[in-house]
Amino acid sequence: MSSDDIYILGINMTQFGKHPDKDVVDLGAEAAMAALADGGVTMADVGILAAGNLMGGGGFGQQLQKQIGQTGIPVFNVTNACATGATALRTAIMAIKAGECDMGLAVGVEKLAGAGLLGAGGGGKKSDEHRWEPGGRVGAVTGTDGRIGTAGMPGTFAQVGMEYLHQNQYGGEAFELFAKISVKNHKHSTLNPLAAYTKEMTLEQVMGDMMIAYPNTRPMCSANCDGGAAAVVVSGAKLKTLSKEQQRRAVKVSASVLTSDPWQEACQVLPDVNTLTRVAAKQAYEQAGVAPEDLDLVELHDCFATAELVHYDNLMLCEPGGAVDFFESGATWRDGSTPVNVSGGLQSKGHPISATGIANIWEVCHHLRGEAGPRQIEGAKVGLAHVIGLGSACGVHILEASAA
Amino acid sequence: MATMTQIPIVDYLVLGDDPHLVASECTSCGARYFDRRNACASCFGTEFTKVDVPTEGTLRSFTIVTFAAPGVPVPFVAGIVDAGGTSVRTNIINVEPDDEHVKLGMQVRLATYSLGTDDDGTEAIGFGYEPKA
Repeated sequence: MSSDDIYILGINMTQFGKHPDKDVVDLGAEAAMAALADGGVTMADVGILAAGNLMGGGGFGQQLQKQIGQTGIPVFNVTNACATGATALRTAIMAIKAGECDMGLAVGVEKLAGAGLLGAGGGGKKSDEHRWEPGGRVGAVTGTDGRIGTAGMPGTFAQVGMEYLHQNQYGGEAFELFAKISVKNHKHSTLNPLAAYTKEMTLEQVMGDMMIAYPNTRPMCSANCDGGAAAVVVSGAKLKTLSKEQQRRAVKVSASVLTSDPWQEACQVLPDVNTLTRVAAKQAYEQAGVAPEDLDLVELHDCFATAELVHYDNLMLCEPGGAVDFFESGATWRDGSTPVNVSGGLQSKGHPISATGIANIWEVCHHLRGEAGPRQIEGAKVGLAHVIGLGSACGVHILEASAA
Repeated sequence: MATMTQIPIVDYLVLGDDPHLVASECTSCGARYFDRRNACASCFGTEFTKVDVPTEGTLRSFTIVTFAAPGVPVPFVAGIVDAGGTSVRTNIINVEPDDEHVKLGMQVRLATYSLGTDDDGTEAIGFGYEPKA
């Protein structure tokens, strides 16, 4: 191991689902303390805390410290939409790379069970008087959601997937194609006891469920739920001073990349989740010296079934424009050539926003350590974790099993 | 009774005999925007000119929203129209909201409709794109 490398020393995700008796600090403390224990270290060893929570009142990192250990270290409270967890991890990694400390803790938590539709704002009348008055950056006299396109996430990502089909002259049945992606992830989740939903669903059940925004029905949308995840990252130099067992279980962070979207025509009309993902993936493969075909598993941001398809292409898992054929070949099922979302993905494992960008890394680490039990991808050595936060931010991490 | 005044739903919709959308075009790189600008996100330029956006285009993507925020009537068809190289976010109107009638690549054109009248008698006008007959 090189002293300059970064490793995941300990990592944990809580049960995803409904936690009515726990607040965000409870879930964060549970994940953080378990990650520290997993790494065989304590808060006394940690030099920086990066904490992500989107829907709470702010200052989550300090609230967490007050429960698990106030050691006076710097706290970075970060938010980056659905990439918040990955941003927290990236922040901790940057601090180590900068030489500020040799160990960091990243935590992401969300309480979302029963939150309903995210991203949509009504914008109705606020008083009894009714007067059309222009306001905001486009001089709108009324709410534009539903009148000038959709502001909701299900419809936004539906358009992302439909646009891909249009660009690639897909002549088949769009609804059925995307529903089949969801069938895969729901099937995968049956092997993941920490997933919010672990029920297999047939194609008929997925297509017959409540339509949210064509072609996404309810099970094709990410599941709002509660959950936390945390990771302890360490420098290679520090890891060398730790035990053989800690070194054996440490997972190398071969690439850690965060991008925002570079300007493209139309990117301010329909969010462009493609370009920043491609840029991040390219940087990550170069950093890691890894090619897409080297990946033993991928956890990508399937916030909607329509999103998973485009990211096969964006992450270069398939030929440009070839995502449909790639999926239809069975490549992304757990017994395929590039298993994607063997955790069940956001559609079935769940999507407690700020936890997601660390929980997907936990999933990959679990396989690379050979500790994934019945859903273990045998012999997994290299994996990739990807998240997108609309707005946008994209995190890509490539992880490799310890050579020790 | 004074003639009824009209106001567009957004300031980039121009009413009159030939309703159309206007974009702010960066004078140095040509990037187009519909919102109030501080600078160009593509080249950082600060000079913009107003340009008319073609009223006809191609439907590049769509969704049919059946579940939305409170106060947003459903179902509605949201889409992205390629209007002569300028992408426009819009509703697709005057069409049955199902995948039999809304098709990727279909030809569409701008149409306007009334959003209702306020207490002062001002009528707000919305826009959408409809299938080109």
